[in-house]
Amino acid sequence: MSILVSAVRNLGSRVLNSVQRMGRGHIFLFRTVMSLGIIFREYSLLIKQMHSVGVLSIQIIAISGLTVGMVLSLQGYNTLVDFGAEQSLGQMVALSLVREMGPVLTALLFAGRAGSALTAEIGLMKVTEQLPAMEIMAVDPYRKVIAPRFMAGFISMPLLAAVFSAIGVFGGYLVGVELLGVDGGAFWSQMQSKVGLEEDIINGVIKSMVFGVVVTWIAVFEGFDATPTTEGVSRATTRTVVNSAFAVLGLDFILTALMFGGA
Amino acid sequence: MLNKAKLELTVGVFVVIGLAALLFLAMKVSSLSSFSSENTYQISAMFENVGGLKVRAPVMMSGVRIGEVSDISLDKETFEARVVFVLGSEYQLPLDTSAAIFTSGLLGEQYISLEPGGEDAVLKAGDQIKLSQSAMVLEQVLGQFLFSKASGDE
Repeated sequence: MSILVSAVRNLGSRVLNSVQRMGRGHIFLFRTVMSLGIIFREYSLLIKQMHSVGVLSIQIIAISGLTVGMVLSLQGYNTLVDFGAEQSLGQMVALSLVREMGPVLTALLFAGRAGSALTAEIGLMKVTEQLPAMEIMAVDPYRKVIAPRFMAGFISMPLLAAVFSAIGVFGGYLVGVELLGVDGGAFWSQMQSKVGLEEDIINGVIKSMVFGVVVTWIAVFEGFDATPTTEGVSRATTRTVVNSAFAVLGLDFILTALMFGGA
Repeated sequence: MLNKAKLELTVGVFVVIGLAALLFLAMKVSSLSSFSSENTYQISAMFENVGGLKVRAPVMMSGVRIGEVSDISLDKETFEARVVFVLGSEYQLPLDTSAAIFTSGLLGEQYISLEPGGEDAVLKAGDQIKLSQSAMVLEQVLGQFLFSKASGDE
């Protein structure tokens, strides 16, 4: 009997914990957004974060984009050639990159490359008591630490996703046209006739903006909320990557259903 | 740590690369540049059946793409399909141009093919093409073929 009671109690405490965390997360997001004004006054803070979050991620994004585009093209060709429809290769590669692969894979890579670094950095600031020290000096850590990082993630993500898709299309072109011998004119014209600016490109950008907010939010919150121990920071970093992946994949389904599901 | 100027430069380059990628997607991957600009004009045609014709399907003349379908709706009085399409304004077509819906390849996408007539007057924006030929629906054609085959055997 007592085992049952403790099991139920365990469950209850878990639910309470996660609800509390969610509440803290939302208060955190609210305070961060309220502090975003700092960026217009001290943009050097933003520049520094844009460098570590955006510029340093561009290498992995570019290489992944190229390989993903090349693989898509190769696999797509093998399927399409059975139907004599290899002319549609450009359309297939471009649509899958712009609508799905670009935003989603960029967000996942971003969570691993930049999100984990954000969490570890902020978590270690907490361990070494830099955040309390700031508060003692009447410096708001939300403004100095959180807001610039959050904004940098929000700006960088759509740009990185666009780079990913563009390089991916180029990789698809390399394999499809240069290697497999699909007609180059058909590759581009089929792509252009089937990819729409509003419904595909803009929707892809909206997706990556949403992912930018969510992934950066999770990353900075996990760092800020980490237990200030070595183990706590390591766990927070893991949680950043895992939770970001869940959030991105889940949101992607919802966004796709909203954008492309109807009609 | 990088010095400030270098830091700002790399971030600037990053933003430029990102925006260039967006521009590439908008101009080269999607068809922003083709038929959504101002130098186009709209004409329409009525079809008994548009088959699988879709908005944004190409409009061709002699196999050259000169426009695209912008709207397909049902006329509530004649119960025919009204297809509106935009053409590049450099293409001035005779008034008695006819429109037909063809399929590229046996199972490919459908497009509108325009056949020029002989009149000197040209179609203006908002005009309607008088002569049209509906889409070939595979089931109908097969049905007719089987029917004529069956009746021919008797």
